[in-house]
Amino acid sequence: MDFYAIGMIWLRDIIRHFRDRIRLLSSITRPVLWLLIMGTGLKASFNMSGVSYVHFIFPGIIVMNLIFAAMQSTISIIWDREFGFLKEILVAPIPRISIVLGKALSGSTIAFIEGLFVLIFTPLIKINISLVGLFLLLPLMFFIALVCTSLGIVIAARMTSFEGFGAISNFIIMPMFFLSGAMFPIDNLPHWINFIVRVNPLTYGVDLLRQIILGIKIFSFYIDFLFLIIFFLVMLCIGIFEFNKH
Amino acid sequence: MNSYTFEKIIEVKNLYKYFGQVIALEGISFEVYKGEIFGFLGPNGAGKTTTINILCTLLSPSSGEVIVNGFNVMSSPDEVRNSIGIIFQELTLDERLTAYENLDFHGMIYHLPKKIRRERIKEVLEMVGLYAKKDYIVRTFSGGMKRRLEIARGLMHKPKILFLDEPTLGLDPQTRQYIWDYILDLSHKEKITVFLTTHYMDEAENCQRIGIIDYGKIIDLDTPDALKNKYKEKSLNEVFLKLTGRDIREETVDTKEKLKEFLRTKKRLR
Repeated sequence: MDFYAIGMIWLRDIIRHFRDRIRLLSSITRPVLWLLIMGTGLKASFNMSGVSYVHFIFPGIIVMNLIFAAMQSTISIIWDREFGFLKEILVAPIPRISIVLGKALSGSTIAFIEGLFVLIFTPLIKINISLVGLFLLLPLMFFIALVCTSLGIVIAARMTSFEGFGAISNFIIMPMFFLSGAMFPIDNLPHWINFIVRVNPLTYGVDLLRQIILGIKIFSFYIDFLFLIIFFLVMLCIGIFEFNKH
Repeated sequence: MNSYTFEKIIEVKNLYKYFGQVIALEGISFEVYKGEIFGFLGPNGAGKTTTINILCTLLSPSSGEVIVNGFNVMSSPDEVRNSIGIIFQELTLDERLTAYENLDFHGMIYHLPKKIRRERIKEVLEMVGLYAKKDYIVRTFSGGMKRRLEIARGLMHKPKILFLDEPTLGLDPQTRQYIWDYILDLSHKEKITVFLTTHYMDEAENCQRIGIIDYGKIIDLDTPDALKNKYKEKSLNEVFLKLTGRDIREETVDTKEKLKEFLRTKKRLR
């Protein structure tokens, strides 16, 4: 373990992120658009006992910001490879595992902060989160961000160009988001979709946050948590393996 | 004329590197002595960068032994990484950070404490004449300034050996001269061993010894004067062309070449 190196990689990504105004702006406008347009547009056709549609999708919107930010910050791996900076890190006397951990931590920190932006809307759409709830919600958000970042690292480590990553974002992020129960309930779906929903880590992330924010759940807290932990560890191992291959 | 001692700092023995079926290095062996400026010359695609990448642990050898500063690149890569500084052919700066941040992060991954980092950054930036620009974003720098910043970065952790892969590529004569003055000065004052590749023969004249590589093999290795005498040519350029031919090379091996290499490998395997 090399804390100097982890710290350097983390700090560098944070500095780069906050210098990028456009990314910051889009991380705020994205949830506004979804909550406003989808929330009000689908309000009438949605029927679920006691919960309004805006409230139903709210945990999902948090997860959306988490995964978008996590994936976007792992793009920096591809960026570094194309522009050579990765070489500078790879010839330094630091273990590869520290590179992966540094990236995982910087990506999840950024994603967590972007997830917090969504929480600003709670008073606006009249959701009450208790102090105890918040106490649970924040670490869980960071954890979900970590899971998303670890997936992003594995994808980015295997990608060779930016163009490829654009496709990944269309073929992975969007389907993962839509098939996570973020936008609609997942109890009456055809079998093949149901399978994807069950292996999708976001399903468990959304379920986890929805339990805490709204008290609605599909799986128990422990199943959600266990699935995410296992998924994270598997991704981390693959990520370290990919970086060691060089 | 030789100010360096004959203590070996790099030892390469019978080094092979394959990329799939293609042979990039075909059993090269050479030594670099402590404190010397060693030039590695060869046409495009001859194996120069592959050799540097193996010496600095970015690539692993297919077979053979490589010792850098007393450490084996395969068994103790971190010790090797600690002994060397590298300036790659392409720029490896983070262009969105300031010059200072680039160096500070470099110091962090080489485990220099904050106070020492601050001192060294000032020292190396003053050396390359960029201290006044330390808080500028690197993207705003010219090509020559970026090169100088990279050299400053490569020296920050006081490496024993400095690798320079075509350090003056695409720079104007003034900057080239400037960079060479540093290299000579460094080798003279700090006794750093310099291993460099270049296409400019006038630059190669500054080296104490030169190795000429082509098709993954070292063709000859000696001092510039000895090479000129041996091949009875007036300039290194003529020696180089005599040894490597006048054909223009492709950077990537073309199909015909690949086929040739493939057949050669087949023969060896049989």
